[in-house]
Amino acid sequence: MSDTILAVRDLCKRFGALAAVDGVTLEVARGEKLGIIGPNGSGKTTLINCVTGVVRPDRGAVIFDGTDVSGLPAYRRARLGIARSFQIPRPFVGISVLENIRVPLDYVHRPHRDATRARELLSLVGLDGRADHPAESLTHLELRKLELARALAAEPRLLIADEVMAGLAENEIDEVLKTLFTLNDQGVTVVMIEHIMHAIMRFSRRLICMETGRIIADGAPQDVRRNPEVRRVYFGK
Amino acid sequence: MKTRHFVAAAIAVLALGAVAPRVVGNGYVFYAGFIALQYVVIATAWNILGGYAGFVNFGSGAFVGVGVYAAVFLFNALQAPLWAQILGAACVGGLLGLGMGYLTLRIQGVYFSIGTLALTTVVSTFIVNWSFVGAARGATVMAPHPQIWFPNVVSYVFFAMLTMAVLSVAIARWIERSWIGRGLAAIRADGNAAECAGVPTLRLKLLAATISGALLATAGAPYPYYASYVEPDSAFSINYALNALAMPLIGGTRNWTGPVIGALLLSGVEQAATVTIPSEINLLIVGLVLIGFVVLAPEGLLGLAGQAVAWGRPR
Amino acid sequence: MTLNLALNAIISGLLLAGVYAIASLGLTITFGLLQIPNVAHPTFIVLGAYCAQLLNSFGLDPIIAGLLFTPLFYLGGVLLYQIYFQTFERRGCSDTLQSFTFFFGVALVLQVSLILVAGVDLTSVNAPYIGKSLRIGPATMPYRLVIPFVIGMTVGLGMWLMLMRTRAGLALRAVAHDANALRICGLSPTRAKANGFGLAMATASLAGAALIVVSPVDPFSGTQYIGRTFAIVVLAGMGSVPGTLVAALAIGVVESLVITFVGATWAPGVAFAALLGTLAIRPSGLFGIAR
Repeated sequence: MSDTILAVRDLCKRFGALAAVDGVTLEVARGEKLGIIGPNGSGKTTLINCVTGVVRPDRGAVIFDGTDVSGLPAYRRARLGIARSFQIPRPFVGISVLENIRVPLDYVHRPHRDATRARELLSLVGLDGRADHPAESLTHLELRKLELARALAAEPRLLIADEVMAGLAENEIDEVLKTLFTLNDQGVTVVMIEHIMHAIMRFSRRLICMETGRIIADGAPQDVRRNPEVRRVYFGK
Repeated sequence: MKTRHFVAAAIAVLALGAVAPRVVGNGYVFYAGFIALQYVVIATAWNILGGYAGFVNFGSGAFVGVGVYAAVFLFNALQAPLWAQILGAACVGGLLGLGMGYLTLRIQGVYFSIGTLALTTVVSTFIVNWSFVGAARGATVMAPHPQIWFPNVVSYVFFAMLTMAVLSVAIARWIERSWIGRGLAAIRADGNAAECAGVPTLRLKLLAATISGALLATAGAPYPYYASYVEPDSAFSINYALNALAMPLIGGTRNWTGPVIGALLLSGVEQAATVTIPSEINLLIVGLVLIGFVVLAPEGLLGLAGQAVAWGRPR
Repeated sequence: MTLNLALNAIISGLLLAGVYAIASLGLTITFGLLQIPNVAHPTFIVLGAYCAQLLNSFGLDPIIAGLLFTPLFYLGGVLLYQIYFQTFERRGCSDTLQSFTFFFGVALVLQVSLILVAGVDLTSVNAPYIGKSLRIGPATMPYRLVIPFVIGMTVGLGMWLMLMRTRAGLALRAVAHDANALRICGLSPTRAKANGFGLAMATASLAGAALIVVSPVDPFSGTQYIGRTFAIVVLAGMGSVPGTLVAALAIGVVESLVITFVGATWAPGVAFAALLGTLAIRPSGLFGIAR
């Protein structure tokens, strides 16, 4: 088993005249805690969409654990072990919270006979009281927890958490961080995209900053924070 | 409803249906009952693709018509018995559903629905030009007298349709409660999020389209025996497309009981209306009812019932 | 001989395309730009045909009659949009089933009302140019096809100019892209959309007049046009007026050739096959932007 779990090579994606991702090359080591920061529109989510298969890049390759997944549909990549949460929560409305969790359980692994595992996951994120409620009745905070729980249900080898802490209270942020740390201890590689600086600084061992589709800094969090390019992007000249 | 209750109810219904032809003297019961049951099959079958998966099929007429003509073909060519006609219709309908799903694979929403609208005319154009099944002139099918148990053809096809109704409801119910149903619901809610959760959206869509198409076709297969005469205009009538939409809309799309309620209600109202008022007024009422439901009760009667329960709950 | 047949088939196809075009142009706005699946549009065209016939029975030229009714149809369109808006866009639900059923219901109610008022028989109009033809070389062009063709092309040109050069047209194209951006500019998206819907209905009035000039009409004539018009709009590329004209011409010619050389019973399948083909191969249509 090589050390690299995810490799992205010269990835490019344009939307009309806009280059959302402009030649990104990146390697993520197995078991790493990688943070990605950057202003809105810098291409972070598009990069993730290309990695997970939601969007087809114009150029470049995505290699997951040695396998070239560039041509695979998203559901196959999910089954290989990539899970992500969405920046804006996308619950499965029309079914209950419990059934929402059962979907990845049934499809990433195999159909479960009952809902035991699903209920365990719900209590992990504190949603067990809402198990039988329709997904559309959840508050925004609860939706974020559902997003995380759904990603956890897939038991991924690589978890991409896209702004999973936005809008959470301090103690809730701590809880989510604890969950992610535990996951990482169990061997899951975690890539975190966040705007909440103190959280991502605490969590990441390596930080990447993106701007207009390119990686402009890559290294230890403290070093990246002091990087003049990064300061310019966030604070101006 | 627990499964064992459902199975018991299904067996009871079938037993009643089997016994009725020997004891009920009034033939009208079977004539009207056939239509009502056909509506149940159509509504339930449509809802598998439309309600569960969220792909609104406007071409139900294509599938029912294909079922009608598959039966005619098998009867003309092979003197096939009714059960074989139904099976044949299911195969053709399933293939058509698969084809439609494949053609419209990556298309969703409004575009999918527009495409299905086209399907009915394309299929009926082929039938209209095929003389072996009567083309535009139509075809006459003289059903052989049932040899055992059933006193006449109409009670025989009534029981066949009853069987299909029970079968399609059972299939819909099974799908709804299984992992397939959850996957379809995920696709209906958010295709991309479903894919990222491991759901093979395209494959599931094809599966739903195939099953839905097969069942829709079986609703058409007994019709030649029932009516003795078929022709393309009525076999592929846009009324099928309209009714297939209206029934789940009225009853509710989320659960297998919705289409059944909608079907029984609509066929009941239409039967009563045909007898008492001119057919144009009938259609006018259907149109107004549709608009009314869409504006006032978008979740159908089940939705209204759900809201009533929520209101009644102590706060 | 075959060449002569083919030539006349192509020409009548081109001319008929004028009617197809004007029938579809309204849908180019409502479905192409505004994404509202107004399946009732062809039935409104039939209504327009009957209105034109009404005034024609008093001696007025049907096309003039159609023109006179356009303000009424415009208002009707604005009203219909308001109902649609209150029911759907206000609630924020874009449920395909419901919006389709709504318009199907409207079409049904309208069609039945026509049956109740005018009966099920074919209705036609009288005009001095119906029955006469223009002959240029080997080509025979009936006036009853030429006039609607001219109208179709004129309306098409007018609509294209409206969309490209006027403020209202700009607002319409903008709201198709991004309603919020319109709000920021101080314009009301609802007004822009209502205006668009009204204009689309106005074209239905003219289209109805053109339709009844071409051939007699009965309350069921709308059904054939549902598939045709949607096929044209999808083939054109959503919201493209030049595309609509080109697509109408293509379908008109192919249909005409099929009728002449293959058989009339195959003709209805042409438009629908084109629709399915477009959706399967190139859903963005001829002139549309790939989404």
